[in-house]
Amino acid sequence: MALPVTTGQAAGLPEPGGLTAAGPHRRTALRRFTQAIRTNRKATIGVALMAIFIFVALFPGLLAHQSPTAYSPHITAPPSAAHWLGTDNIGADIYAQVIDGTRNVMILAIAVGALTTAVAMVIGVTAAYLGGVWDGVLNLVTDVLLVIPIFPLLIIIAGYFPNAGNDVLIVVLSFTGWSYTARQLRSQAQSLSNRDFLLAARVRGERPFYVIMVEIIPTMTSLLLASFLNNALYAVLAGSGLQFIGLGKSNNVSWGTTLYWANQNAAWTTGRYLWFIVPGLCIALLGVAFAFINYAFDEIGNPALRPLSAAKVRKAAEASTRRRLASRGERAR
Amino acid sequence: MRFIIRRAGFFLLTLWAALSLNFFLPRLMPGSPAERIIAHLHGAVSQSEVRAIELSLGINNSQGIWPQYFTYLGHTATGNLGLSYSQGEPVSKVIGGALPWTLGLVGITTILAFILGTAIGAVAAWRRGSRFDSVMPPLFVFTTAIPFFWVGMVLILIFSVHLGWLPAGGNTGQLAVPSFSPSYIGDVLVHAILPSLTLLITGIGGWVLTMRNNMVTTLTEDYVRMARAKGLSSFRVMADYAARNAILPNLTGFAMSLGFVVSGAILVEYVFNYQGVGYYLLNAVGYDDYPLMQGLFLIITVAVLVAILLSDIATAILDPRTRTAG
Repeated sequence: MALPVTTGQAAGLPEPGGLTAAGPHRRTALRRFTQAIRTNRKATIGVALMAIFIFVALFPGLLAHQSPTAYSPHITAPPSAAHWLGTDNIGADIYAQVIDGTRNVMILAIAVGALTTAVAMVIGVTAAYLGGVWDGVLNLVTDVLLVIPIFPLLIIIAGYFPNAGNDVLIVVLSFTGWSYTARQLRSQAQSLSNRDFLLAARVRGERPFYVIMVEIIPTMTSLLLASFLNNALYAVLAGSGLQFIGLGKSNNVSWGTTLYWANQNAAWTTGRYLWFIVPGLCIALLGVAFAFINYAFDEIGNPALRPLSAAKVRKAAEASTRRRLASRGERAR
Repeated sequence: MRFIIRRAGFFLLTLWAALSLNFFLPRLMPGSPAERIIAHLHGAVSQSEVRAIELSLGINNSQGIWPQYFTYLGHTATGNLGLSYSQGEPVSKVIGGALPWTLGLVGITTILAFILGTAIGAVAAWRRGSRFDSVMPPLFVFTTAIPFFWVGMVLILIFSVHLGWLPAGGNTGQLAVPSFSPSYIGDVLVHAILPSLTLLITGIGGWVLTMRNNMVTTLTEDYVRMARAKGLSSFRVMADYAARNAILPNLTGFAMSLGFVVSGAILVEYVFNYQGVGYYLLNAVGYDDYPLMQGLFLIITVAVLVAILLSDIATAILDPRTRTAG
């Protein structure tokens, strides 16, 4: 991380310290982000991977012409010119499953990333802004959800939806996964509560909804973006994990579902390695894309990586440590 | 003291929330639990058997839902978790048989991952800008983002199918008889290598990244500069001055992660047919075995709560600042 980062910072990024910044506007956050993509190698790799997946998700028809679900007599066939990755246990083309599954996985990642962050934003910021009883109740709900082991709960819920599609997965993941982000956003909003621009808004007599949406939320763009990326990564891993144990196995075209069938048919003992290596690698690469973009973004916005005064360094690093703890991955298990 | 009471209240509330989720989820979902079980028995049950199944689930249709709820809470409080329908044994017995395997496998791996990850992170930060530091963090960002059930499959492919060095699954060999003989213990260890390696590969990254981050901050502190100025050896400054302070936030996370030991490896246990808590949970879901599901979920939640309690205590002992602040 030594070289590209320093050049990026020498280029004069606006407003360092995403978390402690006193109200960066959306445009500077965006500019910082594009700057990061150009100058940070991890960001470049992450964005390039992401661009490929988005392209495949948008235009699967350009890359695969067969049906991912059609029965054929050639079951568990080895790779050939007609079936690049072979066929599965019903004779369907695995390559087509990987290509067509991309869209489902991308929708899942983006929808859960956005919904989770949105729910967390509403709950966290509202709690911080309203304070008092509201804060107490919302905080308690957040803490309880934070502690209850989510993945076992998801498995139990998934047991009731053997034919679940993407929609069920999106709803279930979003409404169980918001607690950590909510807590982060709450403390961030709390740290703002005595700033002049908020006091001014209160004095002007603005309604809470206006203050939250127009005054508080825009100051959190970088944290929201980081949360989005974290939650999207979580969705990819948790969603694929649930599909891998059989959620939506009968009607879903998705990488996790392809892996489920590969596992059920013991693909490794019959020599059909590509059946599980390719979809698994796709999950890994998409996960890496989200993680790299997030990490690079963090690196750029984190003044701890450049020479600054000790106090500033400490503050920013503490904030990013807290954030990093979240991405450590128990949530995804 | 007030703090302790508040924490205890929070734990009770969380436990109650988990128990209630447990109770109401099956009843909110389409179809009754008993109907699902009967479907598994292919309909070959009489009316009185249906009644017996319902009773074993704590479903008593002559009562309203609330009396049932309180009966369930009462039973759970007294340690009566019911009968596992798929295993034909009391739930507590099934859990008792599964828990040691999970605690052993995942617990030891979690501790290893923490120690190794923290050491790598500390060295990476100490040699900031070196080749070690430019390779390690991106590598571990990568490993944290790959699905670990897939890592397990790839390891099976390499070490079991191709090289034939290690068994592909199970807790022990099929004919192994539990004893304290070296051969049995060796058998257990051999079967634990691949699942453990899977967890290690995917679990270590988080520790490396957080430790490196903390360390980078700690290295700018005055006491580290002072230690250097005193002419202490490089290793001593790194280990006793910088790492010792940088590890504090990680220790809290470590205690938390011990709570997730019980539930953290569900998919790994599934891939390797390792008969621990996660394996039985998936089995219970597959067979609609509600008493077992509820019992396992209870144990998993309790484990997390105990770990949080320990982490609270550990932080209070290790970091005096939190004692005055709390």
